[in-house]
Amino acid sequence: MNTKNRLFTHALLVIIALFYLGPFLWMLDTSLKTDPQAIQMPKEFSIHDFKALVVPTPWQWQNYPQVIHDPHFDFSLYARNTLIIAVLVALGAMLSSSLVAYSLAKVKWRGRNIVFVIVLASMMLPFPVVMVPLYRIFREFGWIGTNLPLWVPAFTGIPFYIFLLRQFYLTIPTELSEAALIDGCSHFGIWWRIMLPLTRPALAVVGLFSFMAAWNNFLGPLVYLTHQNTFTLALALQNYQSRSGGTSYTLLMAASVLIIAPIIVLFFLAQKTFVRGIATTGIKG
Amino acid sequence: MSKAVNIADGQGRLYISWKDQLTGMAFAAPYLVGICIFLLFPLAMSLYYSFCDYSMLQPPLWIGLDNYRHLLTDDTFHIALINTLIYAAISVPCTLAWSIFLAILLNRQIRSQGIYRTIIFLPTLVPLVATGIIWNWLFNSDSGLINYFLRPVLGLVGGIAAHVAAWLGAGPATLQALHDISPPAWLGDPNWAMTAIIFVSFWGVGQTVVIFLAGLQDIPAELYEAAQIDGAGSWGRLRHVTLPMLSPVIFFNLIMGIIGSWQFFDIPYVMTAGGPGRATLVYSLYLFNAAFNELRMGAASAMAWILFLIILALTALAFWSAKKWVHYS
Repeated sequence: MNTKNRLFTHALLVIIALFYLGPFLWMLDTSLKTDPQAIQMPKEFSIHDFKALVVPTPWQWQNYPQVIHDPHFDFSLYARNTLIIAVLVALGAMLSSSLVAYSLAKVKWRGRNIVFVIVLASMMLPFPVVMVPLYRIFREFGWIGTNLPLWVPAFTGIPFYIFLLRQFYLTIPTELSEAALIDGCSHFGIWWRIMLPLTRPALAVVGLFSFMAAWNNFLGPLVYLTHQNTFTLALALQNYQSRSGGTSYTLLMAASVLIIAPIIVLFFLAQKTFVRGIATTGIKG
Repeated sequence: MSKAVNIADGQGRLYISWKDQLTGMAFAAPYLVGICIFLLFPLAMSLYYSFCDYSMLQPPLWIGLDNYRHLLTDDTFHIALINTLIYAAISVPCTLAWSIFLAILLNRQIRSQGIYRTIIFLPTLVPLVATGIIWNWLFNSDSGLINYFLRPVLGLVGGIAAHVAAWLGAGPATLQALHDISPPAWLGDPNWAMTAIIFVSFWGVGQTVVIFLAGLQDIPAELYEAAQIDGAGSWGRLRHVTLPMLSPVIFFNLIMGIIGSWQFFDIPYVMTAGGPGRATLVYSLYLFNAAFNELRMGAASAMAWILFLIILALTALAFWSAKKWVHYS
């Protein structure tokens, strides 16, 4: 690529990056303004007005403590609720999905092909189709209003991850598990001592993705959680907005920053896993 | 010992030991129990409810095809269907094309490539509720950043248009209208709310872009060299190398896009709740309202099954068309 081309690519990417980064910056900016400043847009374009648009005057740092101590938005409680669900979902998804995937890939038993077809078919099933009866079932269990419907099903395995891990296990030579079997190792031992360590990267993808999905899940908590003290962050944020006659955009933006920040941090800690995960799920899926 | 190792018997069938059969079933047991409780049973119940009048407060009452028949004449259902059709028909192909464009751009060997990639990926990490709230604020008609930028641009365009119109001999009413041209209220305007919501879907393409990037990196460089020797320009290489080689990945993302667009829920729920009026009432939103606000569980189940059939039909259509345009090497 010549220099002209390269410069053109950069220029294009900077404009595009602005579109993707802009909303974050504007959210951050608004979260540090006073209400009157956030609502009043300058009338014209000029250096002075641009400063009035962008620079918070004064810097309203107390928006953050105000959100955290807002009686209608118990941030630390919602964060704990969300974290408990997300950790349990990640744990359940990793354990069960890999166990099921192992049995589908490495143990020979009658019926496993049918089960695999069901796994594939259930990936296509839209959630709304089972939403109403699931609600009924969880109501019979007495689970409505608790976090149980949000994480217990993860312990039965998640089709997409079962599929993903099965594909990984298939790439591991059968000789390895057969040798271990001959040495007197049980299937459980092979799964635990050979398969899990060998497929740690794939397992990390499953853990990370299911954690994220649980953290960001909205429809599930909306349907199953009924008391505000059991709310997850996503549901609480929506609730905070909808009581909004009162909640100002500066506080809403501060709350959004608080909810987004942990995920961004997690992303930078586990960036490689993320990108590898999406790439492999996309290509192999 | 040999019992534990699987060997083919004389007829070429697989010999399966009892131990393996039990182990396999035991390992799959969580899933087997799970699909029964959380999938197969609800699936059957949902089909049954779709033929019933059911509010969850009283036992279901069999009414045959009435739920389906009512949907035929329910104009809110028709609006929800059309809204979703419009959303899917525009956002799926457009975000796909945009993602391919971004992936090609991000695949060029330039400095700070990683930073650009990260920036475009970041929005996909944001919970959709927060995405909706941020864009609500950006699309705010008076204090939103988008209209802040649009106002002077439209003012300029309107001014120029007024000059042209005056030169063409337009009446004063037209000139005034052109001078007064101003940005729409977006989410407050039934004519523009869906446009705003479709626009937001471009912000969340990061995962699709990453998948395309991986696909691009799998294309052997020799193909491009061969095309170049054959005299293909950059357009020719895109048409005859990149797109055909990328077609399996495009197909995968198309299927995901179709499935996702028909279950589109969070963004319209948070941004407009289906409004103003019924302008952004999409299928899943109407289904949710019918089930949990109006307790019309039977009707909601019927809608769910129609949704399922629509998704199946569209997916089947995509698979059928794939024979013509997807190339597997």
